[in-house]
Amino acid sequence: MDYVLLTEQFLNGFQLGIILFLMAAGLTLVFGIMDLVNLAHGSMFMIGAFVGGTIALLTGSFVVGVILMVPAMLVIGVVVEMTALRTLYPRDHLDQVLATFGLILFFNEATRLIWGPEGLVVPLPAFLDGIVSLGFGITYPVYRIFIIVIGLLVAFGLYLLVGKTRIGMLIRAGASNRTMAGVLGVNIPKLFSIVFGLGAVLAGLAGLIITPITQAAIGMGEDVLILAFVVIVIGGIGSIRGAFVASIVTGVIDTLGRSFLDVVLLLFLPANAAESAGPAVSSMLIYILMAAILFFRPQGLFPPKGAR
Amino acid sequence: MQKYGRRLMGALRNPANVFTALVLVIFALTPIVAPALDESFYVIVFARIMIWGIAAVSVNLIMGYGGLISFGHAVYLGIGGYTVGILAFHGVTSAWIQWPVAIGLSGLVALIFGAISLRTKGVYFIMITLALAQMIFFLSVSAERYGSDDGLSILARSDFGVSGFSLNDKTTMYYTIFAFLLASVFVSWRLVQSRFGTVIRAAKSNDPRVQSIGVAAYRYRLTAFVIAGMMCGIAGLLQANLESFVSPDMMNWQRSGELIFMVVLGGMSTLFGPVTGAFVFLMLSEILAGWTIHWHIIFGPFLVLVVLFARGGIAGLLTRRAERD
Amino acid sequence: MLKKLMGSAALLTLLAGPAVADTVKIGFVTTLTTPVAVIGKDMRDAVDLAVEHIGGKMGNLDVEIVYADDEFNSQKGKQATERLVLSDKVDIVAGYIWSNVLLASAPVVLGEGKILISANAGPSPLAGAQCNENFFNIAWQNDQTPMALGELLNQQGVKSLYLVAPNYAAGQNMVAGVERTFKGKVVGKDMTVWPSQRDWSAELTKVKSAKPEGVFTFYPGPAGPAFIKQYQQAGLAGDVPLYSVYTLDSISLPLFQKAGMETVLGTKMTQFWAPDLDNATNKKFVADFRAKYGRYPSFYAAQSYDSIMYIASAVKAVNGDVKNTDGMRAALKAANFDSVRGPFKMGNNHFPIQNFYERTVVKDADGNWTTAVGRAVLKGHQDPYASQCKMKG
Repeated sequence: MDYVLLTEQFLNGFQLGIILFLMAAGLTLVFGIMDLVNLAHGSMFMIGAFVGGTIALLTGSFVVGVILMVPAMLVIGVVVEMTALRTLYPRDHLDQVLATFGLILFFNEATRLIWGPEGLVVPLPAFLDGIVSLGFGITYPVYRIFIIVIGLLVAFGLYLLVGKTRIGMLIRAGASNRTMAGVLGVNIPKLFSIVFGLGAVLAGLAGLIITPITQAAIGMGEDVLILAFVVIVIGGIGSIRGAFVASIVTGVIDTLGRSFLDVVLLLFLPANAAESAGPAVSSMLIYILMAAILFFRPQGLFPPKGAR
Repeated sequence: MQKYGRRLMGALRNPANVFTALVLVIFALTPIVAPALDESFYVIVFARIMIWGIAAVSVNLIMGYGGLISFGHAVYLGIGGYTVGILAFHGVTSAWIQWPVAIGLSGLVALIFGAISLRTKGVYFIMITLALAQMIFFLSVSAERYGSDDGLSILARSDFGVSGFSLNDKTTMYYTIFAFLLASVFVSWRLVQSRFGTVIRAAKSNDPRVQSIGVAAYRYRLTAFVIAGMMCGIAGLLQANLESFVSPDMMNWQRSGELIFMVVLGGMSTLFGPVTGAFVFLMLSEILAGWTIHWHIIFGPFLVLVVLFARGGIAGLLTRRAERD
Repeated sequence: MLKKLMGSAALLTLLAGPAVADTVKIGFVTTLTTPVAVIGKDMRDAVDLAVEHIGGKMGNLDVEIVYADDEFNSQKGKQATERLVLSDKVDIVAGYIWSNVLLASAPVVLGEGKILISANAGPSPLAGAQCNENFFNIAWQNDQTPMALGELLNQQGVKSLYLVAPNYAAGQNMVAGVERTFKGKVVGKDMTVWPSQRDWSAELTKVKSAKPEGVFTFYPGPAGPAFIKQYQQAGLAGDVPLYSVYTLDSISLPLFQKAGMETVLGTKMTQFWAPDLDNATNKKFVADFRAKYGRYPSFYAAQSYDSIMYIASAVKAVNGDVKNTDGMRAALKAANFDSVRGPFKMGNNHFPIQNFYERTVVKDADGNWTTAVGRAVLKGHQDPYASQCKMKG
């Protein structure tokens, strides 16, 4: 097999993994710390794309859009947490799933009312357009490298935040034993608001940086949301490290499956059977992976230490 | 006879039961009343609602009584429906083959999926049922031969080979669905009353204790999961016959979410709750959709409000009001 | 529901008998919500213009159009169709962008013995084995335009081709159509998840690696611009010419122009119609559409405009007696009206027999991006499924 093709597909998978990680990081924190199943996390992905995209179009600068998106999503996230989600913490998972399902419908329709049905086209910043040679005959779009770099920086930043700061310590304490953290005098409501706001910013960032490639569309968060859930369940709920590893694995497997599975199947199956089975199996691949991992490790790959 | 009469009158003192009775009367009379008013459109609307009702009853069986939140239950709608569609595509239209195969396959898939997912608990259970359902969803999306994403038109409805009984007749179709709806409620009533139901309910409220008295909750849960899958498969095969069409959209994860909501809306762990829930859910979306294309902006917050303030659903709300009076 | 029942009961007593048919009620199904609503809007605008051009009258009847939204979903489209046929009681149903929505909805209309006119979707079953005396398509059969494109590729001397298209009925028909006529080698084919997949990084990387002489694609609606943008970002735009059908249209071209994507200029496609096609009806249609809405009409608009004119010609032929289905059918079969595409005939399967032209993306005199029509690649072309249809011309 051609190593250039393989490398480039690997990069594509890695880049998909980065987007998944930005989504999954917030989701796994909210899930792990607050024990809240938040389907509306996908709406944050969409709102980030629309809000940031609009700022980028108004100011004419994508970078300004990304920078101003951060405080905007922080505010939106905190407001959503305080108005709608706070009351859901003591409820069971069923209530949480349903209420946040309702929020998805609301956010989608509100976005349609504000931005119209056609979505938003955000142009690529000129300095990130084009392709770059990485040597050995490998060429890759600059913008996708930009996504990978941003994602790695965020991952590193999260690692520092969670591992080396006081707030990170509280987050870790909350993830492994919420009641104990509360008893020890942690201001739980404030911590929850901050964590949720942070998650909204990360999801919004993911939505915004993918928009120059895919455009912003209503409901764009839902497909990513399901993948992100797969990721955090594989990684172990509440674990940032697990989310990172699982995101990259999921992204790479999904992409490599889409690109090479039909070729691999050709080794076992006749041509027309392989051609039709290829797309079928490749779209099921990550779900098979998840079912297999949960079968052998019902708590995911990296369950947080001391978690229930 | 008199005893039953008195019990019936007693039951009707509860507004929730009155509402249920009203819904059932509407279901029973629509094919007679609607065409007379030149509104035969509603015959199809109510037939569709009743099918969702059957599916919701099956969800209630595992979720309401068993406490198992399956976020992939719509997959059995798809399996029941696609079995009819695919068999018809290959020229097998006899209901005597189609229906047992559809129900059997739904049960088999539920057995496999249940065996895997019941090993996990809580959120992991929600997620793994979702993931397993997504697998079948994507399988149907990529089944090029059977229409992929477009779905599959069913050119001939299931054939019973009995003269005078044909699903092509709208009224026969309608009352067949009605009969299955009543049967599904009856089955779930019998199950819940039985020893089996007692174990399932006990396992929901206090798992370790049931374990300790020597009952393997896992096997009971798995059985309930399979029964619910088969019941939902019946809803699927009825839907395929009603619509003459199946598509992957039948098992979209949002359909599973809607099913759960119908149950909660009507009143979890009540016998007729899922039926009234399906009725209110679908009528409300029908009315709101006719009113504005932006109906989701009302429907979404409505969902949130129901969850926050009407935990027992319609049944709970109406009963509570009756108790207050 | 109860209110509605009571309302209609009251209405019935008021009218006391069937209403006198002094209006013709046409149900028009298209997509009015979801991101692809931009297409529905173009169709709706064209229908409104057509109704305006005929002065709101078909023969002696007033025209009433009932628009219905399919929500880009076959189940919802079917339900909307049921409402039109059974509740609104329209005389004729028209519209339909999506092949899958049409396939799900057609039995509802045809089962009630009413006439159904597709203004866009042309799936192969309805052209072949499942053709129906009451079904007419006023656009094209899905395979035809890509067949013309395959022929164009032969003429351009393209020897190797890579195909990327969405995995749904129309996408499969488009790919099959190109493969039917293209004589070179197909070096790769990817069918992607529709409509959710919006990132084609894996597919484009495979294209780059396969080094074909041309790429064929089909992405209708907003997915088209996204695909072409990524094609450019992947650095393919300069190296491998992109050929498409139904992807670059008057809806997407202004977006490309705004984004300054010059590589789109010069791109070739095929179509049965073009905004600059030279005939009197088309000139009037395009000029009035531009005057009223300030943009070029898309082919969706052209077909929708035609569908109203087509129905009008049939209603006139039966002197307003729309219940005379036999008469309506005969008139629709004759297709005796001035189409924006110029002269054409209806085939035995009720799909048009028509020309397909080469189109190239250019700047017009005012600098707006549009297409210039070239020569006819296929002349008087009938779709390949017509022979499987049992109806005789």
